[in-house]
Amino acid sequence: MPEGLAPAPRTGRPLSDRLDLRLIAEMVEPRARVLDIGCGDGALLDILVHEKDVDGRGIEIDMALVTAAVAHGLPVIHADADTDLAFYPDAAFDYVILSRTLQATERPREVLAQMLRIGRRAIVSFPNFGHWQVRARLLLTGRMPRTKALDRAWYDTPNIHLCTISDFFALCEADGYRVERWLGVDEAGRKTPWRRNRRLANLFAEQGLFLLTRG
Amino acid sequence: MAETVRASLATAGITHQRVVFPEGLALDCGAVLKPLVVAYRTYGRLNDAKSNAILICHALTGDQYVAETHPVTSKPGWWEIMVGPGLPVDTERFFVICANVLGGCMGSSGPREEMTDAEGRPQGRPWGMQFPPVTIRDMVRAQAKLLDHLGVPKLFSVLGGSMGGMQVLEWAALYPERVFSAIPIATATHHSAQNIAFHEIGRQAINADPDFHGGEYWRHGVVPARGLAVARMTAHITYLSEEALTRKFGRRLRTGPMLTFSNDLFEVESYLQYQGSSFVQRFDANSYLTITRAMDYFDLAAEHGGSVAAAFRNTPVRFCVISFSSDWLFPTAMSREIVRALNAAAANVSFVEITSDKGHDAFLLDEPDLFRTVSGFLAGAAERWR
Repeated sequence: MPEGLAPAPRTGRPLSDRLDLRLIAEMVEPRARVLDIGCGDGALLDILVHEKDVDGRGIEIDMALVTAAVAHGLPVIHADADTDLAFYPDAAFDYVILSRTLQATERPREVLAQMLRIGRRAIVSFPNFGHWQVRARLLLTGRMPRTKALDRAWYDTPNIHLCTISDFFALCEADGYRVERWLGVDEAGRKTPWRRNRRLANLFAEQGLFLLTRG
Repeated sequence: MAETVRASLATAGITHQRVVFPEGLALDCGAVLKPLVVAYRTYGRLNDAKSNAILICHALTGDQYVAETHPVTSKPGWWEIMVGPGLPVDTERFFVICANVLGGCMGSSGPREEMTDAEGRPQGRPWGMQFPPVTIRDMVRAQAKLLDHLGVPKLFSVLGGSMGGMQVLEWAALYPERVFSAIPIATATHHSAQNIAFHEIGRQAINADPDFHGGEYWRHGVVPARGLAVARMTAHITYLSEEALTRKFGRRLRTGPMLTFSNDLFEVESYLQYQGSSFVQRFDANSYLTITRAMDYFDLAAEHGGSVAAAFRNTPVRFCVISFSSDWLFPTAMSREIVRALNAAAANVSFVEITSDKGHDAFLLDEPDLFRTVSGFLAGAAERWR
């Protein structure tokens, strides 16, 4: 710290209390190199940088959020996950994180492949389209389901590539990624008790959270 | 149009704060400039740990008077909105340095200063067109000597816009161990063909002025004021966006509401003429030629085997790249190129495009998002200083 320079104090509270961010942060080793894709205003980076001393970077497509994050002292760039990951070198990061963003990408399979190219590990969370409420709403009303996690109408949702926890396991197997850890999580980000059983998690977890490595 | 201005410019008789390096500086062109003179200003105080120095790099027609009334023009400093007590570059926390660039005309070695020979002996005449061609890298090397003189081993940050941003990039590439963080604003790793083309119009206008006398106008007691003013007017248009010009002037006439094809003057014309004529009061035509050339030569990739990423391989420098949405002289695409190269080098980089309709000049103007970004980035960097 430069003498005479007041540190950028993270006065009091972190940017966010979201529990799912806490769960992700728990997966990250201290002092690791981390890229957070779709980092928003930097809420997760803020936790990682200040509490885990990581060398954290973020990319975000919404310029207002980028400005907020940079103004908060976090290294965030304006970029598009679908096109800009290609510019990073192989294995540049220990962890590449995609929190609740996979379903909004144009080419999720390619994004995952890029994540595991530029990072040694990938951490991915996404809303589980297999949740019983989603299934029930489609079955009972015949309309596109809207839940707390998926709260936009079909015509204005950014979520264009929804999947279930089972679908995601299948993609990992098809593309040869090893699932090091996984968790079923409810909307508030609490671990769900049925997290050891894939079929139950696929029915009862509102989000899936995965830690992957190249197979 | 600017009147012919006698050589007794308003700058005569003003003493700039300067440091003389008798050993001189070896330039990229092969010549050794001896002695090297660097004019500079500082604000704030260097702390005991020497860890709070910030270097500001000025643009083409800027100078070292960043945050104080200009001794020549009596106008406010060119970045008083950014640099000062309590401002993003807070002079109560930071020791802020700004040097007049090599080749400039506010006291540093340049075409207007007295010519010296290889042994550094004065030749009794200004350099004029004999001043050796300089590069952005030469400018940075001169600044590095100034830092040695001031006892600053490492910069906490270096920032600047436009040509100042080129120097920022060059600083990070040339002296990565002396730069902790860097903020290149509205800039690029090279001048585009369009950038060079606009500069060439300015140079041709100066050359075509009968008062230019092949660069030796001092012999005739005149300056090529009309040529230099046209150069400034052309350049000034490139600094603004169409929206900004429309908002400021539209099609308004100075003379009245009716267009009569006689001596009507659109307000935008009179504004440009004012810009041109006030510019020649403070700027030297040969300096303008020298510095525009230095910008045109700048090509960071070419200096590093064709790759900007190679210039920043394993760089420890933290970057904050900033562009403006309506800047068509150094458009966001150019900043994005910098960011991609930095990503390829796995550098620590922030990048913000600020929405503004003020064009390239936005970096000098009241843009709250610019201030938030710079102060936030500096605060984040201060946490991580090592």
